[in-house]
Formats: sequence, structure tokens, C-alpha cells
Amino acid sequence: MGSPGADGRFGDFGGRFVPESLVPACAELEKAFAEAWSDPAFHSELDALLRDYGGRPTPVTECRRLSERLGVRLLLKREDLAHTGSHKLNNVIGQALLARRMGKARLVAETGAGQHGVATATAAALFGMECMVYMGEVDTERQALNVFRMELLGAQVRPVKSGSRTLKDAVNEALRDWVATVSNTHYCLGSVMGPHPYPWMVRELQRVVGDEARVQCRELLGEDPDWVVACVGGGSNAAGTFAGFADTTSRLVGVEAAGGAAISRGVPGVVHGMKSYLLQDEDGQVLEAHSISAGLDYPGIGPEHAHLAAIGRARYPRADDEEVLRAFQLLSETEGIIPALEPAHALAWVAREAGREIELGSTVLVTLSGRGDKDVAQVRELLA
Amino acid sequence: MTPTRGLEKRLSAARDSGAKLLIPYVTGGMTPDWVDVVHAVASAGADAIEIGIPFSDPMIDGPTIQQASVMALEGGATPTRILQSLRRAEFEVPLVVMTYYNIVFRAGHRRFADSLADSGVSGAIVPDLPLEEAEEWCEGADEAGVDTVLLVAPSSPDERAARICERSRGFVYAVGIMGVTGERSELASSAAELAHRLKGMTELPVCVGIGVSTPDQAAQVCREADGVIVGSALVRRLIEGAGPEGAAEFVAELRSGIDGSL
Repeated sequence: MGSPGADGRFGDFGGRFVPESLVPACAELEKAFAEAWSDPAFHSELDALLRDYGGRPTPVTECRRLSERLGVRLLLKREDLAHTGSHKLNNVIGQALLARRMGKARLVAETGAGQHGVATATAAALFGMECMVYMGEVDTERQALNVFRMELLGAQVRPVKSGSRTLKDAVNEALRDWVATVSNTHYCLGSVMGPHPYPWMVRELQRVVGDEARVQCRELLGEDPDWVVACVGGGSNAAGTFAGFADTTSRLVGVEAAGGAAISRGVPGVVHGMKSYLLQDEDGQVLEAHSISAGLDYPGIGPEHAHLAAIGRARYPRADDEEVLRAFQLLSETEGIIPALEPAHALAWVAREAGREIELGSTVLVTLSGRGDKDVAQVRELLA
Repeated sequence: MTPTRGLEKRLSAARDSGAKLLIPYVTGGMTPDWVDVVHAVASAGADAIEIGIPFSDPMIDGPTIQQASVMALEGGATPTRILQSLRRAEFEVPLVVMTYYNIVFRAGHRRFADSLADSGVSGAIVPDLPLEEAEEWCEGADEAGVDTVLLVAPSSPDERAARICERSRGFVYAVGIMGVTGERSELASSAAELAHRLKGMTELPVCVGIGVSTPDQAAQVCREADGVIVGSALVRRLIEGAGPEGAAEFVAELRSGIDGSL
């Protein structure tokens, strides 16, 4: 998983399909990131923040009771224990540092479940920046507590009422904001999607997850795990995790929500600045994704995942809402860890395939990308 | 069938005769009488008409065009139906389709270009297809006889703007303001500045769109530019029920506004 080169391509996917107004800003960002990423001073500042403020490294936890139940040796990379409760802060701290380097004092972000919005609001508070978060109206309702969190952190949250009123529409609205404000604003995109350099930059900022996990797995297992599994909406926690294992023999699995399965149910298309797999109709109108989890309600997928699927390095099966709910409860009951609904998709796939596709006795690393506090009210209603 | 109207030829000839160019925008399929609207607008003094093919995720459009796109899609508009309607009608002015790249990509470059040409459309604007990504489409469009109009923004550096002008056909679309489509109470200074900058770079007509809403603004921008594109201000009137007559009235006002600037 290397650098995509000047045209931002991962094989046939990626690119920079944005209005001309934004092309210079994307080029500026690409240059700024490339310079920062080869600057040891940038890395030491980022590493120190992730350690002292973000709580890194996060541990890898061996799930003894659940492993016994499933017949595989299950390890969790605990991004739920990072500050703000998910892996999202890794990316956001990096981008906020970059924004400061570029002299931009305002951040805009899209958010689905609210995790990325909370992380961006957090970084904005930390750096004294102005912050505007766009969130689909459907999501502001099902994640009302996260809206309040962002507001507590000093951010403005704007509900998006267009289209399907979920994550994809929030991305459109954030891009519309950015076109008009690009001179003083950085678009802090939350996943490995969008126009070049975002898919590459966000993967690099998230690779800390995979790099840490690789070392931790070797300490625990003495070798790389047989399987490395993560959930995929846009795909940032999966990309970060896979980056640590791409050159090993570990089998990589990204689990999509059944109602938002871009790889298995989509075809190549272009939206939000990138060419990738996309749920769309025969005319090219983008379809709405439907999932229990706001964070995976996205009709596309990051272009590098499309490429990893195309070359067969990773595969992208689905998990449906019911098995996700069961996995949510299963981890809570057996390990005392309440997962977010997003990584519950990864757990659901492991629970389903243990003893089937996953041979009994295999070692399995799952990235637990976030904690489930935000989902408790919703799950309570679903289980009632 | 190849297009007979030749966008670039028509617009350049009008410009060279000393006229300013008026290019109104209508979202295809937004109302049942949209084809009548296009006819009315053509007769009211338009030099060319931009026809929007609606897309589910119009990221460079503000609330007005978004609403028109939703109306069109909910009314059952598809690229094929819109182009069929245009094909059945005869217009005395050139037509330019504006749509997003996924519509083009999904249909296939050459197939889409041919379907435009077959429908009598002589130009295309694809705002999320910047220069670096545009070549394959532009070649297909060139072969089909469809002029691809490229956009230059206030943020485009000179060297880049010159390369965009070089590859543009028909006219050069100067983005008047850093922002999405929509009406503004005042014309941004960036509009005239960009038009002035581009006039020094290209022989093609330079038309300013985005943020030009009133006859006065149109007149103002035409002191530097060769013409204007007016979208949201017209589409808002259509959403409010102006119909073909109201549309023609507004376009006639724009016409006298820019003619008064001469």
C-alpha cells in the first residue's frame, strides 16, 4: 500500500474529480502533506499529541471467553480506548496540524455516526480553530447525543436536509462549504475517500493503527495473525489496519454493511471526487445506502479498497443488521466491551464464519474501531 | 447525424458582430412544460441554452438547482428521456448540456457523446471533470462533434488557466465566484477580474456563470466578459411557477440589460 503518484490513482481507482475551484486547494494540500510527512518535526509533534493527548498506543486485547465460544483465537485492536472513543482522532489531529501549517484557521467536516465530527470538534478546540460539522438530518436524530457533544466542544453542527439526509449528503454539503471558503478553511475529510490526496493522506494518518497492531500481535502470537478484519464504510480504520499487514501473509477482510455494500453490490462510478465502486442505478444516479449504523451508511468506498478488491489482496463480504445486533450483544456479554455498531459488523462476520471460512484454531485480529456508548440508546430501541 | 449548429461557430460569430452572449440555464425535466420553457427562452433573446441533466449529488449546485434536480428526478427525468425530448424539438439556438461526470461515465464516454450529438446538442459542461481527468471524455466529444466547455475558477493560476482555455471548445466558462451556483445580491469582484484575465489568454468567447443573477449584474460583468450564463435566478422563477411566459420575460430583461452595456 504505497503512494498513489501524482494522478492519485490506485490502479483504476481514485483520481481528483472536483470542480476547478477546488483543484488548486487539493494540489496545495497534496504538496503540504507530502512535505509534512517527510518532515521529522511534523512526525514528532503528531506522535507526541497522539500519545499524550490521544492515549496511544491503544492496546490489543485477547478475547478469552469469546475465543472459546467461537473456536478461534480472537484479538481486538482497541481503538475504542483512544480519546473521543474511536480511531477518528488519529486522522483529525494530523489534518489539524496540517491546516495550521497551511495557515488555515477553520475546519469543516462531514460526519455520519458523529465520531468523525466529534473528533474534528475536539481537534478544533485543542488548536483554537473554528469548526463547522455537516451531518445528515437522519443522523442528527439517531445520534443526538453526538450532536450535543460537538456543540459542547464549540463546534457548529448543521443538519443536512438534502438527498437521503445521511453521510453522502453531508459530504456534498461540506464540499459546497469548502468551495466558498477555501482560502481560510481546511476540509477535514474523515475517511479514505474523496479527491486525491485524501484517500492516501487519511490512510497514512491511520496507519498507526496497523503499525502498532502488527508489533503487538507479534508479541502476543509470535507471528502475524491469520486473519485481519475491519469494518468498512468509507474505509479508514480498515485502510489504516491493512497498511500494517499488507506485506504479510495475513488475509485481509473488510466487512461492509449489507445495505451499503459498494464492492459486492456496486459498480465503478465517480462521486465525491473519486472513482470507486458505487451503489448507483443504470443512469448513474447514486443510490441511498441503508444500514443500522450511521457510520457505514455510505454508497461508495475508498478507492484503495476498490483496488485491493480488484487485485484480490483483500476481500469485502457483508454483514446484515440482525447479525450485527447479535454481535453487539455477544461482545458485550462475553468480554465486557460494548462495541460501536460499525465494528460490530467485523465481529458479526467473524462470528458467522468461525469454523466455516475461518478455520477453527485460526488467529484473528479485529479492529474495534470505536466504542458503543453512542449506539446504546438506538440498540435499546431495536431490542425492545 | 452530426450537430449542425456548431456551438463555437455560432457564439464566436455573434461575439464578433459586437453582441454580448446570453446563455440561460434550465434543468431538464424540472416541470412538465420544460421544453416549452426552452423554446420561450430561445425566442426571448438567448444565444445558447444550457440544459441541466439532473444528478442525485450535485455538489457544485446551491439550493435552487438542487431543488430543481430533485423535482426533475422525482418527476421521472432520466438522461435518455431528456435527450429524447430535445431530439423531438427543433431549437433555433445551440444547446449545451450540463451534467455531472458520473452520468457520463455510467453511459460510457463515446456513447454519451453520440447521444448528445444525435439529440442536436452541440456542447457539454461537466463541472466535476477538471482538466487532468477530462481527456478521455474530450476526445470522445470531439469525435462526436460536441464541444466540451471547460471551466476556469478565480483560484486557477494563470499558467493553468491558459491550459484550460487551450483545451476548451465552444466558449470558456469563467466561474464568477468561489462558491456554488445560486443568486447573490451583489456581483463578486472576482467575476470581472477573471473575465479580464481570460480575455488576454484566449480567442474563444469568455462567458461568466455562477453568481450572476440580475440584468444589472449581467450588464456589469459584460463590460469585461463576452457573455453571461444565468441559472439559479431563472430556475427559481420556474420553481415559483413562472412558466414559459415568465421565463421569457426574465430572459428578455437580461437581454436588454446586457445590450444596454454595449
